Amino acid sequence: MTASAPGPAEVNAARASDEIADHAPSAARPQPSARLRKPRLGRAAAWTFMAAILVISVFPFWWALRTGLSTNGDLFAGEQSLLPVGYTDNNFERVLGTASEAEILESLGRENTGSFDFLQSLQVSVIVSTAVTIGQVAFSAMAAYAFARMRFRGRDKLFFLFLSGLMIPPIFTLIPNLILVKNLGWLNSYLGIIAPFFLMTPFAVFFLRQFFLGISREVEEAALLDGAGHFRTFFGIIVPMSAAPLATLSILTYITAWNEFLWPLVVARDPARQPLTVALGQFTAQQPGTSPDWSGLMAGTLLAALPIIVIFLAFGRKVVDSIGFSGIK
Amino acid sequence: MTSTAAPAQVPRRRSLFGTASLHGGWRSAFWFLLPALVGFVAFYLYPALRGLYISFTDWNLIANQGSWVGTDNYERLFDDRQVWESLKITFKYTVINIASQTILAVIIAVLMDRLTKSVTIRGILLLPWLIPNVIVALLWVWMLDGNLGIVNDFLGLFGMDPVRFFTDTGKVIPSLAGINTWRHMGYTALLIFAGLQTIPRSLYEAAAVDGASERQMFRDITIPLLRPILALVLVITIVGSLQVFDTVFVATGGFGGQPGGPANASRVIYLYIYQNAFDFNQLGYAATISVLLVAILLTVTYLQLKLLRAGESDLA
Repeated sequence: MTASAPGPAEVNAARASDEIADHAPSAARPQPSARLRKPRLGRAAAWTFMAAILVISVFPFWWALRTGLSTNGDLFAGEQSLLPVGYTDNNFERVLGTASEAEILESLGRENTGSFDFLQSLQVSVIVSTAVTIGQVAFSAMAAYAFARMRFRGRDKLFFLFLSGLMIPPIFTLIPNLILVKNLGWLNSYLGIIAPFFLMTPFAVFFLRQFFLGISREVEEAALLDGAGHFRTFFGIIVPMSAAPLATLSILTYITAWNEFLWPLVVARDPARQPLTVALGQFTAQQPGTSPDWSGLMAGTLLAALPIIVIFLAFGRKVVDSIGFSGIK
Repeated sequence: MTSTAAPAQVPRRRSLFGTASLHGGWRSAFWFLLPALVGFVAFYLYPALRGLYISFTDWNLIANQGSWVGTDNYERLFDDRQVWESLKITFKYTVINIASQTILAVIIAVLMDRLTKSVTIRGILLLPWLIPNVIVALLWVWMLDGNLGIVNDFLGLFGMDPVRFFTDTGKVIPSLAGINTWRHMGYTALLIFAGLQTIPRSLYEAAAVDGASERQMFRDITIPLLRPILALVLVITIVGSLQVFDTVFVATGGFGGQPGGPANASRVIYLYIYQNAFDFNQLGYAATISVLLVAILLTVTYLQLKLLRAGESDLA
């Protein structure tokens, strides 16, 4: 989409995300409104500002890639070229554990100190995020359905109680949860890392309830009258009808689980159970202050962000459209 | 279960939904609610109450027990200058972070609203927000490095001296606030952008016909009508900002440094709670400080929601 003016067809754009389209229907009216014929100069300045913001948003990723493809020796020589200095792909091999001794020496310039098992941590991140997403979305959806569609004593009070969970800052439950997990013997285990997020989050229940409330009741009523139970109605009708919000929530949940840092930091002291965020977060602390392994660090950082970037490239539109107030109001 | 509740034979019963067939009572709802209820009780409700209890004990993680000490922790809280110092640092961080991020976000949102609705552009703006805090911190630790960082070279082009972003006690909080501004400005802009879409276009059209300038329209239409949404965005971002942790922990803790450095200049309240719990093994006291933080967060939210309500009439 270019600078072409959004047409007046959008005058009644009352709801946010629904109206947002790549191509504004500007052909609907022959005359652009007066407001849109504004000085070219202001428009050029506005685009320049936007372009600068976009460059600032992506530049750090390029810089990490460029650093990851450089050798440490050349980095420390201080050359600030936009392209890699002393190009090498050894750093990525080092992170993935496939580099030979000679390659390590070439790209790192010294003995390798303080590394972590990237593939091991990647595996932890994938297992944790996948389990959390499946459990959280499924169980939150069931609860959301009950809150949206069933009638039982104390329903609204219970829902309000669930919602109040949104107000509890994670640090407040961190300590008691840690004690609980420790008592259960789940420290340094997948169970311990996953458990607090597996069964529900207040946000997920709230988000899905909002959507279920908006589904027309007629279809369900017909099914219920036909003798289908709530389970069949839920799994056979509600879930398929809600594929889009369920997918959006799953993506957001997966990304949130992938990014989680504090909880796995305190639960998983064992490196074999540390997800990428924790392993990377402690990587710098193991580095000698005089010659940190910048190129290895940036290669690892990029690789750890890669799954998120891939998800985003694949489902970006859903994520972008989910940012609004439908989930909050 | 799955026995359907009585079908439409009881239309007289007062119903929230208009039909009796959707009723199930607890018998039907129970299995739908069970997993989430277990999760809520085990990992929200019970720990919240237990956290309150722990704040009155001298809990020790190694022994994994504690005994009741009454209000000792709370008395200590008021005498502990480091708590108030941490809060001061947290507030300083929040003010800098929220101010820069909100101003930038409003500008970006308004420009997007005028220039483009491109999903690609919105996607690029959102990207930093999706990346883990840890990774964002590491990217910027490298770019802001005092010796080899690209940012100092960039500033050098304008004849500026190298800045010690993370090792200067006066610079570390603005540096951290800047990093998170970078991470959050696009996300915040999209929230505000969504809010802008609720403002009727006809208002701008009418104003333009009357000869209003862009600036006048921004001041007299956009800002007043955006106020409730802006208030909501501020609730979300301020509450988030007061809980900053990951970025501080990673960006100041590397290379043999102690998280919160230099000289505790970046020890935000979350980090102080963490240190009490896990470095000093005083979980009871850490829980007490958490109670204080909860009280602050609830107060901030309450005040802002009042502000939000005050602004609602504008959209009528």
